[in-house]
Amino acid sequence: MMNSIKQQLMNLFKKQSDLTTILLFAAGVLTMPIWLDPIGANYPDLLQKFVIFGIFAVGYNILFGLTGYLSFGHAVFLGVGSYTAVWSFKLFTMNVLPAMLFATLISGLIAAAIGFVSMRRSGIYFSILTLAFAQMFYNLAYSVLIPITNGETGLQLRMHDIRIIDNYFSDPAPGLPSTELFGMSMNGYSGFYFCAVVLILAFYVAMKIFRSPFGMKLKAIKSNQHRMRYTGSDTRPYLITAFIISGMFAGLAGALLAVTDPLAGAERMQWTASGEVILMTILGGVGTLFGPLLGVGIIKYLENIFSTINESVLQQFFSFLPQWGENFMVAIVSPFVGDGWHLTLGILFMIIIIFLPGGLMEGFQKIKKRYLTKGVKDSESTTKQE
Amino acid sequence: MSEKYDITRRQFAKAGLAVAAMPMFYTKGVWAANDFTNNPGSSSTVTLGFNVPQTGAYADEGADELRAFKLAVKHLNGQGDSGLMNTMKPMNLKGNGILGKKVTYVTGDTQTKSDAARASAKRMIEKDGVVMFSGGSSSGVAIAVQGLAQELGVIFMAGLTHSNDTTGKDKRRYGFRHFFNAKMSGSALGPVLKDEMGTDRKAYHLTADYTWGWTQEQSIQETTEGLGWSTTAKVRTPVGAGDFSQFITPVLNSGADVLILNHYGKDMINSLTQAVQFGLRDKQVNGKNFEIIVPLYSRLMAQGAGKNLQGILGTANWDWQLEDEGSKAFVKSFGTEYGFPPSMAAQTCYVQTLLYANACENAGTFYPPEVIRQLEGFEFDGMGNGPTEYRAEDHQCFKKVLVVRGKANPSSQYDLLDIVKEVPRSEVEYDASIFGGELGPYKV
Amino acid sequence: MDSILIQLLNGLDKGAAYALIALGLTLVFGTLGVVNFAHGALFLMGAFCAVTFQKILTISKKVLDPSITYFDAYIEQPYLELWFGETGLAVIDWAVPLSIIVTIPTMLLIGLAMERGLIRHFYKRTHAEQILVTFGLAIVLQEIIRHFFGANPIPTPAPDIVSGSAAIGTWIGLGENFVYPWWRLIYLASATVIISSVFAFLHLTTFGMVVRAGMFDRQMVAFLGINVQRKFTIIFGLAAVVAGVAGAMYAPIVPPDYHMGMDFLVISFVIVVVGGMGSVRGAVAAGFLLGILQSLASMTVVSSLLPGIDQIIIYLVAVIILLTRPRGLMGRKGIGE
Repeated sequence: MMNSIKQQLMNLFKKQSDLTTILLFAAGVLTMPIWLDPIGANYPDLLQKFVIFGIFAVGYNILFGLTGYLSFGHAVFLGVGSYTAVWSFKLFTMNVLPAMLFATLISGLIAAAIGFVSMRRSGIYFSILTLAFAQMFYNLAYSVLIPITNGETGLQLRMHDIRIIDNYFSDPAPGLPSTELFGMSMNGYSGFYFCAVVLILAFYVAMKIFRSPFGMKLKAIKSNQHRMRYTGSDTRPYLITAFIISGMFAGLAGALLAVTDPLAGAERMQWTASGEVILMTILGGVGTLFGPLLGVGIIKYLENIFSTINESVLQQFFSFLPQWGENFMVAIVSPFVGDGWHLTLGILFMIIIIFLPGGLMEGFQKIKKRYLTKGVKDSESTTKQE
Repeated sequence: MSEKYDITRRQFAKAGLAVAAMPMFYTKGVWAANDFTNNPGSSSTVTLGFNVPQTGAYADEGADELRAFKLAVKHLNGQGDSGLMNTMKPMNLKGNGILGKKVTYVTGDTQTKSDAARASAKRMIEKDGVVMFSGGSSSGVAIAVQGLAQELGVIFMAGLTHSNDTTGKDKRRYGFRHFFNAKMSGSALGPVLKDEMGTDRKAYHLTADYTWGWTQEQSIQETTEGLGWSTTAKVRTPVGAGDFSQFITPVLNSGADVLILNHYGKDMINSLTQAVQFGLRDKQVNGKNFEIIVPLYSRLMAQGAGKNLQGILGTANWDWQLEDEGSKAFVKSFGTEYGFPPSMAAQTCYVQTLLYANACENAGTFYPPEVIRQLEGFEFDGMGNGPTEYRAEDHQCFKKVLVVRGKANPSSQYDLLDIVKEVPRSEVEYDASIFGGELGPYKV
Repeated sequence: MDSILIQLLNGLDKGAAYALIALGLTLVFGTLGVVNFAHGALFLMGAFCAVTFQKILTISKKVLDPSITYFDAYIEQPYLELWFGETGLAVIDWAVPLSIIVTIPTMLLIGLAMERGLIRHFYKRTHAEQILVTFGLAIVLQEIIRHFFGANPIPTPAPDIVSGSAAIGTWIGLGENFVYPWWRLIYLASATVIISSVFAFLHLTTFGMVVRAGMFDRQMVAFLGINVQRKFTIIFGLAAVVAGVAGAMYAPIVPPDYHMGMDFLVISFVIVVVGGMGSVRGAVAAGFLLGILQSLASMTVVSSLLPGIDQIIIYLVAVIILLTRPRGLMGRKGIGE
């Protein structure tokens, strides 16, 4: 059942050309400030978070969605990417390109090391290995690695950082410098558009991987690893490669977090941060191209907007009701908003897993099937064949 | 000579860049003289942001800070009994908001994490348009958001933060601290420790592993070694460890006769309770009674730690049992509002909010550089700590520091601390340059 | 020497807590084949059974506090004290041990409800889906606790008589530095009793025999006409009770807050996996092993030689064991892979 749905999805995508998909996607991402405005999500920090975590989730999906290996340690690469980027700002230049390059490379290296070891095991043993590595990095960042990470405070820029390259070209301006791309500041909306362009590129790469022979191989591993082994192909190199690629995506996302806000905190490496990207991927639809992005949008929106709704906002919202109705509704709704947003997330998540294991994308697919009769017939025939 | 060469080299390099068609322009600093981030302009309201820990190890303090902020906003808008606006002098506040604009506020949860705190502060600045934000309870967080304040050009009035770094090596032009710091705790505590425990002691430190813990450990060590004590060990513990038993058991056999707990909030309650469970307070070492010192603690923590804290020495920024007019006015106002007395975290946050508002009134504008100039070197009285000065060099307030002791026979559930000594300002003052750091520019 | 011994004892004490939590987790995995990420939440619920019980005992009357003159402050006087005087106070003092009586049936009910209501529908799903749905459940449960009890830790002290420490050193002639808190010793002792009874239950009763057989080959047992399903439901209830009691008794050691379940979840999973998924013995052994190692690594001597080792020892050992023994200490092939 699950497989047939994915099959359909893949078919659906194949019908459109890659170019149409990416153009539609690019248009959707770049117009976010317009269509997110009515729901109060149009401000730079949140827009940046949407696209940056989008990259993270798209990358995670390459591992989890294609191979089915559930990593509980991907936040490490996010953290490593951020630290590397901030160090690049401190040592070399405030230009963001070298920072992103270093971050991607170094998190790729660390992913190679962790992946090489963890991929020796599968299933829950793999998950626990990645979790153990993540916790080690996290705990060390708070203790002996403090010279590199600055511990709890987080790694920050200072006025007298070396910045070899920048200081060679110009006298340091007074105050803290800001991150820039050849003079364009990476604060605010310009930062968002820059990240959005990176997301579009990352999405394109992910799409290519999904549809490449390499991606097919990974999917084959997911559906039956033993069969793959019997046919004589060694699955490990493919798995490790997938792990490294998704680690690099995470490193890139981490670098962008530092680009838009040059501070790297260790908590972005905690296992709950890894848990968050899993929630995002699953919520939207694991193994689908758009699903993880949808998940990112929902979770970040809940975290940043839903969490600030308090009782006075609710009272305004329900003010059209009579007084008793207003009080009643506020009392009912208030546990789920404000600092109760985690509760909403938990419930939403459980509902998704129980009824729509394929995530929201599966839900859309089901709706689509119901209303497009032609689609129904097609899919029924494929289901029967399977 | 070499400088001249330097300039030519740079000019050359710049020219090279220009040829490569890469214009160097910065969007920062492009505001005209009277425009700035979140200028309320002709709006009838002005928004402040209160960014406090609502979850995590310091949630108790955060909740009390938020109460104080809400009270301060009420008073600024001319509601309630006006609290410290009756006693503060000099004062320019009129009870009609700030510069005639009604004060509104937004709140956020720092989760006691720098990342979350920055995200929350950014939301306040970018979405809600705050002209000032405040809050705290962790120095790590305070330093992280203070950096943001400088980058974005919005003033940060720190709440509870006690690390030397906040106004030391990490000080910022846009950050201000009313609370005292570890250095001042050490200076205040020294003479009392000498009187009570003598000059021949061996100290064992358990320290929360972040900026506040380190600087407090260092300041207290300097003080105690100055008295002639030796330091047996300094052990770092992770923040939020919960069970500290594996760190406490080694103390038993270390030969130390004083345990110094550089922990705060929930961590301090846990580590102290566990240390007492391990019988440390009933111990005799080297023929002396084993002593525990908690260099910084608050009444809220005393409530959590219960009788374990009785007799334990520490320092505090302020206590509700102080008898001056300002303290009495604030306790009355806060107590009437909420039914219990305020904590020192609440007091510092309330005072910070009023100080900011007053500085805006003095400056006649919300334009940050002018407001900052008003706060720098500002001397005031009637806010609960006697005559106080915001030192211009490092944005640190100087005032009396309290040495306190857990009360043996509390008469009520709030009467938990004895004030051992009110250490005058002159004894805790230090040279602003000893910690290094640089404030940075007024205009960003 | 003393210092190593006391650190060993501390390790046993930590290990006892770890083993108790891991026990139920591995039992559920071994029998039901379910990876239960909500197990930490069961520990949390147990601790909050103790908290709730204490709150009920200390329901108070508000009396105006005469010592505060600036405003109206109130002193809270528990009704138990008002009605029964000293006896009432003594009952309040003993709140945590007494709460165990309430905790056991409550947790049994919670466990059964969880299994019947949710877990049962996930027997046939993948491990990843089980992890995810129970993770969601864990979030929901902890947020419910937070809604009712707030985010701050709630002090739940042990009875006064056991709040000090035992002079073990003086009894066995090792000097007076060797002391250990009574309540932690009680915790260690109760953990030993609970673990032994679970073992006895599994190995000495017919019920246990069927369960063990079911763990080994579920289909075969079902063919024999035995209703394994019912037995497994009971096992889930048992696991919930063990986790709950572990939580309730842990409350005096670290004041419970809404997040304690998540804090213990990671470590308990590491323990179960190190012990070998589904192996009860393995989990107990791994729990004590990691507890002791963690405690020893925190010694000043060790951490000055290897800085930071106390922070990562558990995970480091987990990695090493998983690489050298692919299925943990006592795991069987094909489970959880």
